[in-house]
Amino acid sequence: MMDKVQAPVAAGELVLSLRGISKHFGAVSALTEIDLDVQAGEVVALVGDNGAGKSTLIKILAGVHQASAGTMTFRGQTVTLADPSASLALGIATVFQDLALCENLDVVANIFLGKELHPLQLDEVAMEMRAWTLLRELSARIPSVRQPVNALSGGQRQTVAIARSLLLEPKLILLDEPTAALGVAQTAEVLDLIERVRDRGLGVVMISHNMEDVRAVADRIVVLRLGRNNGVFYPDASNQELVSAITGASDNAVSRRSGRRRAQTAPAQEAQP
Amino acid sequence: MSGDKEGPAPLLDRADERVTHETGIGGAIRAFFDRVRSGELGALPVVVGLAIIWTVFQSLNSVFLSSNNLVNLLFDSSTVGIISLGIVCILMVGEIDLSVGSVSGFASAVVGVLWVNEGLPVWLAIIAAVAAGGLIGSLYALLFNRFGMPSFVSTLSGLLAVLGLQLYILGQSGSINLPYGSAMVNFGQSLFMPHVVAYAIAALAGILAFVTGYRTATRRQAAGLSSQSLNKLLFRAIIVVVVLEALAIYLNQDRGVPWMFGLFVGLVVALNYALTRTTWGRWVTAVGGNREAARRAGINVRLIYSSAFILCSMLAALGGVLASARLASASQQAGTGDVNLDAIAAAVIGGTSLFGGRGSAYSALLGIIVIQSIASGLTLLDLSSSLRYMITGGVLAIAVIVDSLARRSRVSHGRA
Repeated sequence: MMDKVQAPVAAGELVLSLRGISKHFGAVSALTEIDLDVQAGEVVALVGDNGAGKSTLIKILAGVHQASAGTMTFRGQTVTLADPSASLALGIATVFQDLALCENLDVVANIFLGKELHPLQLDEVAMEMRAWTLLRELSARIPSVRQPVNALSGGQRQTVAIARSLLLEPKLILLDEPTAALGVAQTAEVLDLIERVRDRGLGVVMISHNMEDVRAVADRIVVLRLGRNNGVFYPDASNQELVSAITGASDNAVSRRSGRRRAQTAPAQEAQP
Repeated sequence: MSGDKEGPAPLLDRADERVTHETGIGGAIRAFFDRVRSGELGALPVVVGLAIIWTVFQSLNSVFLSSNNLVNLLFDSSTVGIISLGIVCILMVGEIDLSVGSVSGFASAVVGVLWVNEGLPVWLAIIAAVAAGGLIGSLYALLFNRFGMPSFVSTLSGLLAVLGLQLYILGQSGSINLPYGSAMVNFGQSLFMPHVVAYAIAALAGILAFVTGYRTATRRQAAGLSSQSLNKLLFRAIIVVVVLEALAIYLNQDRGVPWMFGLFVGLVVALNYALTRTTWGRWVTAVGGNREAARRAGINVRLIYSSAFILCSMLAALGGVLASARLASASQQAGTGDVNLDAIAAAVIGGTSLFGGRGSAYSALLGIIVIQSIASGLTLLDLSSSLRYMITGGVLAIAVIVDSLARRSRVSHGRA
């Protein structure tokens, strides 16, 4: 049974399929009846306002939280993810919003945490080599991989977290706001990386608040609103459509704001001859 | 890239042109001072503190640094030092065990009862005592993992409960004398390494340090990573050999190096290896640093906590057994008084953080030598234990202050 899960992914194969996933925290329903499909070689962007349940959904897929109801199918097998190691064993790698790094350990130790080479005599040389290779692929600017993560900047930490997710050749990568702390060049690198990962036939689920980034790499855009599915869009959808799906109304703060700006600039243009 | 400066191709980990790397002996000294200034103190405060303490006591009483007194010091350090090793384990995961004193006293009582009163073979009694310690540790682990009981509280109640257990099994008599001349009491009082063995071990330590260092260096070189130069490795190995041989020669003028101290140092080296070179140690450090991150990396966090609690209690029990061998008795007083706090203070003075994720097995060795030096020096001056408590308390406070200041400095130098 595990053989099928571990086998290489075929192009277009349905990697992940969620049906009716719900999650309650006490009286609060964080997620209600969520459906989500991710195919191999596809980038699915998960967008929604704060509190829409995006991070909760990612945490369920990572095994951090357990769903209250619904079924999860990974490569044709119905699975339950009791803890993070179950998710990792299936080949689901996650970059969490808070990065989940151990700040007292150095970069190499963080990248290999939980997957160390040679348990009884750690192979530091091989691990350091692999760490440098991974960071190179990300064009990361990390002065020394023997520094504790504590000493790194936010962007550097984010790169380390992404490098860690790539270590085990996962089948599906979950990225919770991967570009939030990154500079211009680094953001481009990460977007490139997401495309490279997709071209290698992996499924990618990405959360982002940045519509430009989303439109640049996503093949499909899934909108969540107040813990429910609120439509699936494609990158050619207009900003207006996306924003109204996210906020739940065509008359919303964003449209009002852009309306005001148009009203302000229009008279100014009229004034000029 | 700085390829023009460093020759054909920059080393994989030296490719970032923003980072300067010191080379040569002058560079090594500069790098050392840089590290100290930015708060990466390592064992420096303890070594400086030890030098001050030894100078003061030696000037007050010239017997203090005599071989004879140092040999006694090593004996006394070994028992509480082994308990302190367990404290290092539990502090590394960010928890505490306040009951190590009671557990050590209970273990000595178990040995006394099983061996002397019940007539069991001594090795079986020792195994039973250490296993009993392990059982107590697994109980703490159960309370911590299943019921979320803070280790501070569970071990505080353990402190009382286990002390009660110790008094109970000792019964009416209250103390059991262990037979003089038995192997166990000899081990605790008068078993010394033959001089040749001490010299050989000192030499072996240096050779081992060099061989492992050289192997790492060649592997790193082959992999295109920066590596330590042969001269530096050789220099360090020679220093190690010279210092250890000098120590051995000095101690051999008296009775020599106690085997019990040899056992303690052996355990320190073993735990140091386990903490720094095995997956278990890596995970222990990770759990102490950020428990949730460790869990999300797929680490079985509960298992790591359990291993730390069990190891701590087992080492406490072993320390108690050795203490009873040292005193040739298992009594109601064993493990009470300052054993608990000495063991915890030793780990902290040696540089293991109270907040988890930062520390080393060597801190138990260095810290306990500081504490026993103070105790021994004040005993020689015929001062009461009231002063000893006050001074040890002061040293502990200074150690924690140094650690906090160093941490602050590390943060401001981006090395935290």
